[in-house]
Amino acid sequence: MAEMKTAAYICSGCELGDKLDVAQLTKIAQKEGKMALVREHAFLCNEEGVQMIRDDIEKEAVTHICIAACSRRAKTEAFNFPTVAMSRANLREGVIWVIAEGEQHDEVRQEMANDYVRMGCAEIKKMILPQGNPNHAHNKRLLVVGGGMSGMTSALEAAEAGYDIVIVEKEAQLGGWAAKLWKRVPFKQPFAEPQDTGLTELAAKVSAHPRITVHLSSTVAETSGAPGRFSVQVKGAAGITTEEVGGIVQATGFTTYDLNKLPELGGGKANVVDQAGLEALARSANGATIKRADGKEVKSVVFVQCAGQRDETGTHLAYCSGHCCATSVKQAMYFKDANPQVDTVVMFTDLRLPGMGEDFYRSAQQKGVIFTKGKASAVEASGDGCEVKFRDLILDEDTSLNADLVVLATGQVPNAGVNLEAWNPIVTAAEGGSDEAKQQKIEMQKTSVLNLNYRQGPDMPQLKQGFADSHFICFPYETRRTGIYAAGPVRRPMDMLQATEDATGAALKAIQAVENASIGRAAHPRSGDLSFPTARLEGCTQCKRCTVECPFGAIDEDERRFPVFNESRCRRCGTCMGACPVRVISFENYSVDTVGMQIKAVDMPDEFSERPRILILACENDAYPALDMAGLQHHLYSAFVRAIPVRCLGSVNTIWITDALNSGYDGVMLMGCKHGDNYQCHFVKGSELANYRMSKIDDTLKQLGLEKERVITHEVAITDNARVAKLINEYVEKINEIGMSPMKGFN
Amino acid sequence: MTVQNQQAVARYRNDFLREVEERVEDGEWVKMCMQCGVCAGSCPLGNAWQHTPQKLFMMIRAGKREEVLTSDAMWMCTSCYNCIVRCPRKLPITHIMHGLANYAHRLNIAPKGQPTREVAKLFWNNLAKTGRVNELKFSLAMYFKDGFVQGIKNAMAMQSVGLGLVKAKRLNPMELFGGHKCKDTGSFNKMIAKAREIEDRKKGFTS
Repeated sequence: MAEMKTAAYICSGCELGDKLDVAQLTKIAQKEGKMALVREHAFLCNEEGVQMIRDDIEKEAVTHICIAACSRRAKTEAFNFPTVAMSRANLREGVIWVIAEGEQHDEVRQEMANDYVRMGCAEIKKMILPQGNPNHAHNKRLLVVGGGMSGMTSALEAAEAGYDIVIVEKEAQLGGWAAKLWKRVPFKQPFAEPQDTGLTELAAKVSAHPRITVHLSSTVAETSGAPGRFSVQVKGAAGITTEEVGGIVQATGFTTYDLNKLPELGGGKANVVDQAGLEALARSANGATIKRADGKEVKSVVFVQCAGQRDETGTHLAYCSGHCCATSVKQAMYFKDANPQVDTVVMFTDLRLPGMGEDFYRSAQQKGVIFTKGKASAVEASGDGCEVKFRDLILDEDTSLNADLVVLATGQVPNAGVNLEAWNPIVTAAEGGSDEAKQQKIEMQKTSVLNLNYRQGPDMPQLKQGFADSHFICFPYETRRTGIYAAGPVRRPMDMLQATEDATGAALKAIQAVENASIGRAAHPRSGDLSFPTARLEGCTQCKRCTVECPFGAIDEDERRFPVFNESRCRRCGTCMGACPVRVISFENYSVDTVGMQIKAVDMPDEFSERPRILILACENDAYPALDMAGLQHHLYSAFVRAIPVRCLGSVNTIWITDALNSGYDGVMLMGCKHGDNYQCHFVKGSELANYRMSKIDDTLKQLGLEKERVITHEVAITDNARVAKLINEYVEKINEIGMSPMKGFN
Repeated sequence: MTVQNQQAVARYRNDFLREVEERVEDGEWVKMCMQCGVCAGSCPLGNAWQHTPQKLFMMIRAGKREEVLTSDAMWMCTSCYNCIVRCPRKLPITHIMHGLANYAHRLNIAPKGQPTREVAKLFWNNLAKTGRVNELKFSLAMYFKDGFVQGIKNAMAMQSVGLGLVKAKRLNPMELFGGHKCKDTGSFNKMIAKAREIEDRKKGFTS
């Protein structure tokens, strides 16, 4: 790499020149920041200003630039210099927009701006221009696990987009559950009649596609590697085949909830079937009147919705599977279409027919399907059929209905493989020598779908209720295993139409992942990021914290228990960097030093100045934008804070906090995303881990002889613009109450 | 049990919903109710009724024939049309209420002495005779509906109003003797009989 030549550019546009002493900033960049080149400009982001920087890069061989102007989130198109390392001192959103007007504030405002320039200069000297992952791989084939509706759709969509596909299906034919249906819920105008599934045609199209290879009666015996270079052992009847792929779509679908677990609703009794059972009866009737297993024509049927679902007692499924109301409506139509005289009752507590399902519902009512709002308490054999005892929720009475056949709408149970939260303790016990745990581990491994040889376990992490999801709302297609995407009911309960859409989305994500991997870039949410973590292994103590805590399972261990980074699996959150007790992990442009030097660069007034200094470490995904927008909306806050954006609170190494307190800061505020059940952390576990680590910081504070209020953590959402200013002001008040830190002046 | 009621029960056995669909005005809409309860919440008199429209529809589907037809609920409807305006499924609820009341009346199992029913009967009998409403006779019939003594009391109480109307030539005492009629009462009566016959045929009444 060429020799480092630094430059700082100080903008005086957007009133920066009116409110700040720009000459002083320039002097600081020269004297304290030791920038080789310092230039002022009245309008840095205009063509002329940008050209000035470009000329310096070209003619003056500048390699590291610090732009002291607006927030790093503003003017990114103008300040786009991919060939140099760049830091941004946030003087606009971070200073002049948030600090009160007027002469009496001039001094503190200038101090704040001076510090941000010092910080920008300190940071840039520790940054290296990221070169991209050197270990990138170019395989762009995709593996689709599961050949049902979701799997086939994913495969076909990706194949049509020009990617080669391998499908692994455990059954002897393609189709999955969808192939077992008589008809499907309508997905086309006028949404009134059950439609053909079209599965035969779809399977034929998939089988005949030149880009698609299908392994039937096969499972995945082992998966290793990373995006762009997965190696998959496919176990079939004829033995094991190795398939090299770049990305994986897991479309392993669901299993129906076991009827035998519902004896109170007649599960296991004659004349009580689940929805899958009814599809089988309908298929054998082939459009004629549906007959029971004993051959009797069904004259009356009751559909019991939410059977073993939305259960609040913790015995059965706690969730709604989403498709069953529409499925029961469809199945009631099977009866009505064959013979309008058949009594069909759908017993529901809440009828949920999203989307165009409302039209379908209306159509069933037209056909004379009766809808009863009631909760079934028992299904008992009665005469030749069954008696359904239920509470009528409209008429508010206990009553019963007789029927030849009862259909229970049971839910979807995801085929997500091993639950890692159960797996990890067993692995630990097995490694500890427990024979029982070893046996359990072997049994558990048999249920695995992907058989990943990752440090963190053989399958994808499950979010809730065993579904392989990562976030319902913010990132529906993201999982916590980069390059592996869940599609269909394995991700969340859904119907065929949703599964089709989901599968298409997952195919696109997988394509995006292999394309990013092939040029050494990160995937969501730092997509396009070329930096990647490296470790100075000679300093590593093999503590395993990084390999255990990585939210994406990107880090494996070698035989000597050193971490092995799989850059293509990495999402660049820096959680490993925050975890490392010996601080050997860093990114080229984000490291313990880039932040540490900023912390130390701040000018620290003495204990008697009555000017506290408070460090804010703000998550760049939500908290930092919230701070910027506080500026945009002119929510004023104290000039005693100094904010540094971090990739995720998970990347916060406690050394920063110790350093800050040691060097005389009066308080540290950490601002990150919501964690816990309804987390909003863009890296899933980052803010949770940070919260855990901070819960241990009290001991450090005690050792330093400091009050525990000197470090606080806040959950901040991107919309908390006014709140963030309020939090700061309240904290400054609090610090004033506690008094200045006694640690000032030692460094 | 009235003859008509016995016949209806025999004909529809347990399928009260089908009976309502075939025999009650706008009854074919009952199956389209989605039990949201907006009608029940919108009815200004809802809490004064035995059953809300939502409940009535559910009872029809649950086959509660006796309870529905003897309910006073549909007689209490004031035709404010709030429910029709608000029903998300566009059910003509007001009309169904009147249809149900009418049906219960025809089967003669509607609540006896229900005031709305009594007034309706008096009004119809008054009108159907001559093709014109005889206001004097209708008022008197109303006064005397609860017996002779009550009738005299009612008439005495309303005396000044009646005399005022006579003075203002808004009430002709001579109307008591026959009163005015439509031009051809015979044909009017035939028309009414024919309409009844058509309706009976359509709704499957034998008598």
